[in-house]
This record gives sequence, structure tokens and C-alpha cells, in this order.
Amino acid sequence: MHVHRQERLWMALGIAMLVVFLAVITTAAVVDGFVPPSHVQSIDPTRVSETPPFDHPGLRKVADGAYEAYYVARVFSFTPASIDVPAGARVTFYVTSADVEHGFSIPETGVNTMVTPGWVSTVSHTFKEPGTFLLVCNEYCGAGHHLMAAKVVVK
Amino acid sequence: MTTTATATSARRAAADGVLDLSRANGNLLVLAHIYTATLVLGIGALFGMLQGFSRANFIVMPPWFDYYRMLTAHGVLMALVFTTFFITGLFTYAVYHTIPRARSVRLGWIGYCTMLVGTLMTAVAILDGSASVLYTFYAPLKASPLFYFGATFLVLGTWVVAADIIVNVVWFKRHNADQRIPLPAFMATATMIMWLIATLGVVAEMLLLIPWSLGWTQGIDVGLTRMLFWYFGHPLVYFWIMAAYTIWYTVVPVTFRGRVFSDGLTRLAFLMLLLLSTPVGLHHQYLDPGVSAGWKWLHTVTTYGVVIPSFMTAFAIFATFELAARKAGVRGFVGVVRWLPWKNPVFAGPALGMILFIFGGFGGIVNNSYSMDVLVHNTMWIVGHFHITVGGPAALTFIGATYGLVPALTGRTLFAPKLALVQVYLWFGGMVIMSTAMHWAGLLGSPRRTADVSYFGAQGAATWHPEMVWAAVGGTIIAISVLLFIIVATGTYFADRHADERPVFDFAATNEDALDTPPVLDKLGRWAAVAIGLAVLAYAGPVAAQIQAHAYLAPGMRTW
Repeated sequence: MHVHRQERLWMALGIAMLVVFLAVITTAAVVDGFVPPSHVQSIDPTRVSETPPFDHPGLRKVADGAYEAYYVARVFSFTPASIDVPAGARVTFYVTSADVEHGFSIPETGVNTMVTPGWVSTVSHTFKEPGTFLLVCNEYCGAGHHLMAAKVVVK
Repeated sequence: MTTTATATSARRAAADGVLDLSRANGNLLVLAHIYTATLVLGIGALFGMLQGFSRANFIVMPPWFDYYRMLTAHGVLMALVFTTFFITGLFTYAVYHTIPRARSVRLGWIGYCTMLVGTLMTAVAILDGSASVLYTFYAPLKASPLFYFGATFLVLGTWVVAADIIVNVVWFKRHNADQRIPLPAFMATATMIMWLIATLGVVAEMLLLIPWSLGWTQGIDVGLTRMLFWYFGHPLVYFWIMAAYTIWYTVVPVTFRGRVFSDGLTRLAFLMLLLLSTPVGLHHQYLDPGVSAGWKWLHTVTTYGVVIPSFMTAFAIFATFELAARKAGVRGFVGVVRWLPWKNPVFAGPALGMILFIFGGFGGIVNNSYSMDVLVHNTMWIVGHFHITVGGPAALTFIGATYGLVPALTGRTLFAPKLALVQVYLWFGGMVIMSTAMHWAGLLGSPRRTADVSYFGAQGAATWHPEMVWAAVGGTIIAISVLLFIIVATGTYFADRHADERPVFDFAATNEDALDTPPVLDKLGRWAAVAIGLAVLAYAGPVAAQIQAHAYLAPGMRTW
């Protein structure tokens, strides 16, 4: 089968691009730890309100400038509805659903994960600037999906 | 009358230029597919426009037909019904046309009717409000059993169409052992094999969902159903793309007397698409808990593999343009572009689709970029992306091809060809406006699949509204364009103007110096086995991990 010289060149360019993309992504994942939120921890979705730590959702300080925030997503709200953290705080969010599939997204921060009943999602973020951040459910969960929001206040 | 006699009379009728919708040659069957797709596109576009109005806060949908019910209808009709009917119709035509023989079209009709019954069942479930679960129907949202049964019948119908296509190709091989499968029939078969492998996932998912929706089982493994859905969900987009490529490679050149650039490389590109379509679905689940980062990375690699057949296709299409232009004595980039038949909607539709696909491809690279996906996942960016892919290269190509197919099938001249031309350009313009606004809103963080993005006037949401207004403007232009499409497509039938010379919808021949195709490329059965092997390799690990993990079952619920 005859392949034109120009086409060989073109294909080489395409494959080189592919190698570069994969190298960048893989290096970022291995060296800098840029991997998508992939926490593997299951939980009984029918017993979320009895399962620690989700029986008492909210913010916990674990060290200076380091916090853990436990959220329960349930149609059509998040608990807690609002948290206050100081500027510069690193917050690790743990989220689970007590009913259907939800999303957990704080626009313009890189905090974004699915919330699947039966599993615990986790994602971390350092809030450098003060401000009020909107936290939204970004996966369709039912009739009031567009009302499902909370806030993170950075002081 | 025997089938042979009918087929002979049908051929004679075709040769005489007489209107020919006899059952035996399959024209009526193909027309049924194309017109079903046309009608569905019309309904889907109306819903799409109303969604744009809702999100821009121009209107509020009434409770008896709320936003999410309409969104479910729009997604199912556009992504699953319109595309599928057009593609099965196109491939049936490609196989019947390039493998002429006396044949029974019974299997084809059984397939079509099964698809139609499935579609109607699903439509009833959506319209009566018992299935507002969107086209992804993520459990544990629990729709009425009718929805799942309908979707299953739609898929099973496509399996019957695939069987009809394979039966014809096997017949051809048996009687022409020394010949290659005609290129369009090869493309149809490769695509339908890919489709069969991919739809196994959604049918397996239905085997979990149906007993659960009937109340026979109490809970559902949400993670497993998501994985099965996306095992099918990504190949679904290659199903659209392979059908569009079939038209780009073999139909578009006819509009400027061009030839297929290379027979062997075209087959190779399709085989690569067959192999690389299924082992990739986890890139839709990058942000899912319960799936480890390693499996997601593996699917990043396999997804990027599609760069190779995409680059091959881009090269072949542009080479086809240039070779034909040179033959006509035209040279230079501007010269070639100007020479192309931009006033023929059968060319302009697919060609404008190609332009949109360049940007769709760029966006796709971002979406597949593992960690970068976090910035765009479930935002309006994704909605912009799939409108500039399925709503661009796929839909515009199918529309352009419809302008060629309907006259050929009915023996009538195209109704209002100028309107057809205006239509494809309007669609292109509307899609550029709408998709740009959606991409931009996504970068600003606007979530998708929401009836309203004002969030009680929250500061973070303030920047999203202007983009939603632009999306509504673009969506309105597209809806007007779809109305024109329906007028032209159905007008061709009802105006009943017979052509002096029967219009043809033919496939291009191949450049003679590019015909030394290695026989191994034609062994579709073996390639299918390799494709299944790759799918198993990519999914055995994550599915096993999903089943082994202590996954709790979630009870179903109706939250709408």
C-alpha cells in the first residue's frame, strides 16, 4: 500500500503531538500529582446520616491553615450550607450523597467532582484570596437541581 | 410476485427515470429512516430553542412541561434517535446501492419498525413526565420501565439493521471472493460492528435497570451502571463520526468530480476507529469517585489514539480537494478553496461541518486531558463541545447528504434548492454563535443541565447570563435553519416534481493509483475480534475493581 511522503510527514507530526501531550499529562500526574479526584472509599448511601464523619457534616481544623470539610449532598441542598475559612487555608473536601448522583463544583477554583451514592469523593484546594465562593451541584439531580447551591466564605 | 421479479421491475423503473418507491429496492425503507430522522430533528430543535430561552431567563417552562422533561426529550431525540435513524438509513442505502442483487428487505423493515416502536415507547415515557432522567439516565434516578424498554428496543432494532447489512456483505464475499467489499459497504459494516460491540454495554446496563425499575430488585450499583453507560456513551459519538466520515470520504468528492484519495488508507482509518472507539469510555468518568486514577490514565492514552485516524482523514479529505482542483487546472490554497462547490448544499453542509470539527477536535483534546478536565467537567463548555461535534460535523453532514438522498430515493427534484443552501449556512452561523457562548460560559464555570443559572443573584453566577443570551440567539438561528431543512426535505416529496433525469446519490470511485489495498484490511471478522479484545483489556480491570469493591446498592428514587 502506497503512502505519500507528505502523508508520512503529516502522520509523524500527529504522532509526535500525541507523544508530547501524553508526556506532559503523565509528568504532571507523576511528578506534580495532578490527577483527577479518584478516591476509592465506599459508604452505605442509605445510612449516611448514621455513618461518621457524615453524621456530623461540617468544617474541622486539623492543623494551622489545614481544614477538612465533610459535606452531605441531598436533594436539593448541601450540608453545611456555608463554611468560613481564613485566606490561605488548605481545605480538603469529603463529599457523599444520601440519595442520587450530584456534582460538587466551586467555579473558578478547580474544585470539581462527581458525588456518587455509595462512594466518598474528595478534592483539595487552597483558598488564597478572600471572597465568597459559590458552590453548585453540577450534575442533574431532579426538579430543584438549579436551586442546589452553598457557599464558601474566605475571610 | 417473486422478489427477483420485483427487483427487476424496480431496476427497470429506476432506469426509466420513473418515480420508484417499490418496496423491493429498499428506497422506501431508506426514505423512512431519513424522514424519521428529519422529523425528530425538527422536534428536538424546537425543544433546544426553548431551553436556550429558559436559560437566558426569557421564559419559564410550565410545570406540565418543565425544563428537565424538555431537556430529556431534546437529548434523547437528538443524541440517540435522530442520529441513529439517519445513520442506519444511510448505511442500509450504502450497502443496498453498492451490492446490487435481488434481495428481501424484510429484515431491514423489521429493524426499522423495532427502532420506531422503541422510540415511541421512550417518547411516551418522557412526555408523560415519568422519565425526566436526561439522556444519560444515571441511576438511582428511576424512570418508568417503559423508558428503559423503549431504549432497549431502539438498540435492538439497530442490531437487526446491522444483521441485514452483514448478511448482504457476507453474500457479496461469498459470490465475489476475489473482490474487495465495496468501500461504502465496508465503512457501513466496520461502523455497525463497532456499534454492536459498544451497545453490548448499554444493553447490559438495561439488564440491571429493567428488573430494578419493575421493582424486582431493590437496589442498584450506581458505579457499575455509570461504567456500562460510558462504555457505550463514547463509541456513540464515534458512531456519528464514522457515518459523517463515510460521507466525507465517498459522497463529498462526487460533488466536484473528485475521487477517493486512497482505498487502503480509508479502510485502515476505519479499522483504527473500530479498534479505538470502545476502550476509551473512562475519560467521561475522570471525576468519578470509586474508579482509580490509573485506569483513568490508561483510557486517556487510548482516547488520544484517535488522533491517528483523524489526521489520516484530514489529510485524505484535503488531498481529495486538491487533486480534483489540479485536474481542473486550479492551483494554490485560495484557488482550491474558491473552486469548491460552495453553492451545492450537498457539499456545503459537510464542508461547513468539517470546519466546525476542527474546533470540536481542539476542544476534545482539552476534555481528554486527564487533570485539565477538572476545569470543564459538567460545565457549559462540554455542552458547547458536543454541539460543535454532533451538532456540527455530524448533523450538517447528515443534512447535506439528505439533500442528495431524498431526490435520489424519490426520483423528484430538490424542492427550493436555494433555501437548502441558505439553511446550511444559517446552521453554521447559529452554531458558531451558540457554541462559542457555551464554551465561554463553561470557562467561567457555568454548570450544564440547569434550568436557571442565576443562583439567587450570587456574585459568582453574574458573569454567566450574557453568554446564555448569546446561546439563545444562536439556538434560535439554528431552529429557523431546521425549519427550512424540514420544508426542503419534505417539500421535495410533497411538491412531487419529477426530474427529467433521475437524480442519483452515488459514491465516488477511487484514484486508480491508490487501489493496491492489502487483503488483510478486508478481513472484518478478524478485526472485530481484535476490537473485542481491546475492549476487554481496557475494561476487565476497572469493571472487576468495581465489582470487587464493597459497593453498596442504592435505592431508586424519583426526584422530579
